[in-house]
Amino acid sequence: MNAVTKEPKLYDCRDAFTATLEAMAAENGDIVAVCNDSVGSSKLAGFRDRFPERLINVGIAEQTLVGVGAGLANGGKLPFVCGAACFLTGRALEQIKADVAYSDTNVKLVGISSGMAYGELGPTHHSTEDFAWVRAIPNVAVVAPCDNVETAAAVAFAAEYTGPIFLRLSRVGVPQLLPDDHRFELGKAVTLRDGTDVTIIANGVLTHRAMLAADKLAAAGIEARVLNMATVRPIDEDAIVKAAEETGAIVTCEEHTIFGGLGSAVAEVVVETRPALMKRLGVPGIFPPTGSANFLLDEFGMSPDGIAAAASDLIERKA
Amino acid sequence: MTTEDLRRMANRIRRRDLQAVFEAGAGHIGGEMSVTDILTALYFRILNVDPANPLDPERDRFVLSKGHTACALYVTLAEKGFIPKEEVATFLKPHSRLNGHPNRTKVPGVETNTGPLGHGLPVAVGMAISAKLSGAAWRTFVVTGDGEMQEGSNWEALSSAAQYKLDNLTLIIDHNRLQQGARLADTNNLAPFAPKLEAFGWAVREIDGHDMDQIVAALSPDSVTPGKPNAIVAHTNKGHGISFMSDNVAWHHKVPNAEQYKQAMAELEEAVQ
Repeated sequence: MNAVTKEPKLYDCRDAFTATLEAMAAENGDIVAVCNDSVGSSKLAGFRDRFPERLINVGIAEQTLVGVGAGLANGGKLPFVCGAACFLTGRALEQIKADVAYSDTNVKLVGISSGMAYGELGPTHHSTEDFAWVRAIPNVAVVAPCDNVETAAAVAFAAEYTGPIFLRLSRVGVPQLLPDDHRFELGKAVTLRDGTDVTIIANGVLTHRAMLAADKLAAAGIEARVLNMATVRPIDEDAIVKAAEETGAIVTCEEHTIFGGLGSAVAEVVVETRPALMKRLGVPGIFPPTGSANFLLDEFGMSPDGIAAAASDLIERKA
Repeated sequence: MTTEDLRRMANRIRRRDLQAVFEAGAGHIGGEMSVTDILTALYFRILNVDPANPLDPERDRFVLSKGHTACALYVTLAEKGFIPKEEVATFLKPHSRLNGHPNRTKVPGVETNTGPLGHGLPVAVGMAISAKLSGAAWRTFVVTGDGEMQEGSNWEALSSAAQYKLDNLTLIIDHNRLQQGARLADTNNLAPFAPKLEAFGWAVREIDGHDMDQIVAALSPDSVTPGKPNAIVAHTNKGHGISFMSDNVAWHHKVPNAEQYKQAMAELEEAVQ
């Protein structure tokens, strides 16, 4: 089951984001896009051409980017505030806290090219702290979709949902993992593969790698459960408790520092409910060396083989 | 309300604010006294807002970016009918809606949660863009402190506002020349503001921020320069109306003792005669 074809088509999830946004904007005149000179990197050229007045470009000014989003929401608009995830969250974190979350404005924050998508541009452009930063702020949902289908579904959900939400999108190509008709549910993990020996929990571009790791484990006679946990906050406690109880070992994989992100969120639930062995894979608390996103993920033990090895190691320790 | 009535109301707001800060044992009385005349003119003459329908989509928007002077806003909102007057007595008490900084989810009439400086103007720019997109007539007003203008976010927003030709946006700088720890001039002297704002593409007026006739005139729609965002540099005094507080940096958030309270109240009461 779940055999991966040799050359799967890879999707840039930004395309699913903008296609969905444009389709919704055609129906809903309140939808506006706000960006920080990021029309190209946010793939908003099509939106700008179709709805020129509804593309608000504040220039390279992230504090104003988020503040303006909050003001637009106050005026009754439905703003999708788009910028490179590293700058959107890092530069404007206090605006996210005060103007969006604490003020409870209906702002949709879209962090583009998240994680290490900017690869060789280096750690200044990596967004590997954003789960931790935004997750620590009350009243903001945090979501990292795993493929084109989940991206489109999450963007559609964000428009329907009343309240602040941070969508963390990558530009690194991923194959389609979910069925075309998938509906996004906030705070609900999706079981992509069932198993009882170990659970691999991932999101964003790591879910695809987790599935490849599960294939490798299956070849060695190990049945891994794979949970796509797009929502980091609110976290799916039930799925985590069940995984801890039924598999006794959990590997988390994320394109984020291991401090404060998905792995930490899972561990918080595990230690307070059903203690189980865990391994958190991610950026190990260093500024990454030069390399592409995929190179760096491999480097940090998140190649399919690396993930499988981490899972096997946990299973050994269980015994 | 006539300007004479506005002056009386401003005096009443100052007295209630002084009492609230004295009773709470905390507050930012200096900046509250400097901004009170501006708040009074806005709420009782300029703003199209309705306490019975605080979220009316067509209302004017007001943002107190210098959120630390929340108590003056609460007293003004109470006088206007947004919250019960007796609720002002709960200022800073446990679980009171009246926190040290205003909260839109708790206090009707508050548009955005302020406190960290440099937040109100960018949000106000978004509000003004929203009205332009909707073809709506409502106006957006934002008050910042002069020290607050040291925050870089304001200069991002000033530039964006000019780019979008937001003549439905009015910025009032409460230019009381004092910040928390020292005089503006001795810290990071942005004064004079007018040439800087004009260089950023704003239409600027300078007024005496305690002269009610000048405040009302500057805020009226007739004073708006079309095609440009409008700024009012309001020359004020921190602690205005209370002799020993006025223009005195010590009174940023100092609380009067019983004797000082009595004297301050007596001075304000005398002023209303």
